[in-house]
Amino acid sequence: MTAAPITPERTKHWSEWVAAKHIAIVGIVLGMTGGWIALPPVAVRTVTIPLFLSILAIAAGIWAVARDVKRPGWGAIAAGIFGITLALLALQSSDPHLRSVFTWGTLIAATLRYATPLTYGALGGLVSERSGVVNIALEGMMLMGCFFGIWGSATTGSWVGGLLIAMAVGGLTAFIYGIFAIHFRADQIVGGTAVNFLAVGITGYLFIQIYGSNGTPDLTNAESIPDVHLSFLGNGFFGQVLGQLNLMIWLVFALLFVVYFLVFKTSIGLRLRAVGEHPRAADTVGIDVYLTRYIAVTISGVLAAMGGAYLSIGFVHSFNENMTEGRGFIALAALIFGKWRPFGAFGAACLFGFSTALAYAVPSAYTDSASSILRSGALFQTLPYILTLVAVAGVIGRSVAPAADGKPYVKQ
Amino acid sequence: MSDAAAPPPDSGVPPVAQTGPDDKKRFNSQGLIVSIITTTIAFLVGGLVVLATGHDPFGTYRAIFNGTGVTWLIPGYGDRAASATNFQQTLLETTPLILCGLAVAFAFRCGMFNIGGQGQYFAGSYAALIFGSYWGGIPGPAHIVLCIALAIVAGAAWGGIAGFLKATTGAHEVISTIMLNWIAIWIGTYFFGLQGPFVSSQYSPISNTIVGNVHLPVFWGDPVLQGLHIGFFIAIGALVVFWAILNRTTLGFEVRAVGFNPEAARYSGINVKRNYFLAMAISGAFAGLAGGIDILGWQFQIATPDILVSSVGFLGIAVALLGRNSAIGVFFAALLFGALTVGTSSRQLDPSVFDPQLAGNLTLIIQGLVVLFVGADLLVLSIWKSRKKLSFRRKASET
Repeated sequence: MTAAPITPERTKHWSEWVAAKHIAIVGIVLGMTGGWIALPPVAVRTVTIPLFLSILAIAAGIWAVARDVKRPGWGAIAAGIFGITLALLALQSSDPHLRSVFTWGTLIAATLRYATPLTYGALGGLVSERSGVVNIALEGMMLMGCFFGIWGSATTGSWVGGLLIAMAVGGLTAFIYGIFAIHFRADQIVGGTAVNFLAVGITGYLFIQIYGSNGTPDLTNAESIPDVHLSFLGNGFFGQVLGQLNLMIWLVFALLFVVYFLVFKTSIGLRLRAVGEHPRAADTVGIDVYLTRYIAVTISGVLAAMGGAYLSIGFVHSFNENMTEGRGFIALAALIFGKWRPFGAFGAACLFGFSTALAYAVPSAYTDSASSILRSGALFQTLPYILTLVAVAGVIGRSVAPAADGKPYVKQ
Repeated sequence: MSDAAAPPPDSGVPPVAQTGPDDKKRFNSQGLIVSIITTTIAFLVGGLVVLATGHDPFGTYRAIFNGTGVTWLIPGYGDRAASATNFQQTLLETTPLILCGLAVAFAFRCGMFNIGGQGQYFAGSYAALIFGSYWGGIPGPAHIVLCIALAIVAGAAWGGIAGFLKATTGAHEVISTIMLNWIAIWIGTYFFGLQGPFVSSQYSPISNTIVGNVHLPVFWGDPVLQGLHIGFFIAIGALVVFWAILNRTTLGFEVRAVGFNPEAARYSGINVKRNYFLAMAISGAFAGLAGGIDILGWQFQIATPDILVSSVGFLGIAVALLGRNSAIGVFFAALLFGALTVGTSSRQLDPSVFDPQLAGNLTLIIQGLVVLFVGADLLVLSIWKSRKKLSFRRKASET
């Protein structure tokens, strides 16, 4: 009666688990394939094959969930539902319409465009939250960046000036928020909301004061952040994706590596994270908690404002009141979804960006549809918000924030 | 209750309750001082903004004040008829603000920050509009009660989603309510937009109009030109209900216990998750009621471009914070912001004195400053204490 009987049982259990997991992953792939083949370039014009694949995927998912492999199992079920929904939606549209909308290359390029402001915001949030200050005010700082980007650009006559002014104002806004959050130990959620309101009020006030009801001036070439043309990529898939991206998109790729390296591979980053995890301990070894937090919060404002400036002078080329439309909060959700890590946050931002790209692309496939829901297209706009809701609800609890996040520190 | 035993997973953003204003400070003299100083600072800074952009702050504030109709309360002052009309508008605007303030305050008392008042308000107004524009055969009073009940249910459901997500998955209510706001905005754009099911014509994005017998009776002023309707008394009644739920029921006790300290509440056997859900649903019910009353009282229809502009739900946050989350405080704070909204509206404010579009944004700035400073009562109280010290020193030097 020694340990001998246990071993075979444990092995069996382990192998069973792996098998269920593998089946679930196959289910996910099947569900995704079901959706994919309904779209161009394959574009099967029948529901049978996607339906068959989706049923297989859902069955695999249920099988896995029944064996307690919950996450991949639910993933497979979700993929199955996603696949058949996509297939049914695709069949509602005529083949030429579909082919005009679903070019994967342009769709991915659009994804990157929509994901970029979110990534800037998420990187800002990362720096701030790693130092222990929750930054609900990302939305407001981004909006400040939007307005001052275009104002600075039109005033100085160069996009560089606009970007720098946006960054300065974003940093200043964040610094003021920092004074309240760090020194006055204001509730960070309430304080952040206040900054968001102030940003809407200030940008709206200045917009009316400076531009009146005529709207922002048309930007000249010098005043817009330029696109980077890579003509050697040609017109193929890579050309469509990477051939004509804005400079700020390439910059955010670089910033991802910079932030990753600084926060996770240098002593500065170690200090930052120490302050965010255990400020008392950091204080004891001589790190200035307040200074670190001020710097981190200010940097987060600068980054969020860069995202805002991209939005106004790199992407939309105009400003309108409250134009960030909740992007700061979606960036925050991307940060949480990405587990407070740069590349995780970027992945999440791409997911949300893809949903936005779809929301804008899909309605044009249904201009002659019989259904008013599909024709109006307004409901597709809820897609990024619903996805954010699902992501925040689905991932949390498995995603752990810095320990001192949101807790004001009292010096002794 | 087994599900009460497990703590909700960490949402990554801290609950508001632990750092929010505690019960003792709610509405005693200290709380009142914070509110008054906050308002003063906010209006001062707002005046500086007006001055810095080359306008006359005194003239602007005087014009805004005269537009509010508050002068009606002073017997024998000014144009009685005009100030009465303006004061009706102020109370008309105060009505939804009271309810949206309560929507934020109730969640606050449970330790949650409900930024979704706007979306819950929309849910209520959509429900009232859709059911108020059909079923013309139902007798008026019954139809009104039905529409208001459906508005409350719709608001409660919209708020309840955020409460349910927080209770079951720990999703932070700030993010989920903001997302629900945007979802509500786009649903409204679909409902009442050009291709939508409830649009009145195929040429303009304006909804159907509610039938005549479902209009709320007007008791003061012109019944056609936005007189004050009985919804005002419904809002006053809601203040009493808010107070009664919190202070006279077991549910209210549990809600306050959770808001005060969720851990301690859990250990004393309170089902924290259930209270999160119920508090958000009740919050949403208040905001939904606000939306329903606005539709039945004076809006009668929804134009989709107005959906994006509406900010009454967000003003509710400033109302709740300034009113220290108490019923009486919410009333006066709602009156302040109601007056400010009316005084800065394009109908009341003379454009030659100050552009109403600028004034509307000035209201947003003042609102933001109020929230900023109420949140930092440490700062405000230190200003107050240093003033006391100064006056004490002055007395000492005089002797």
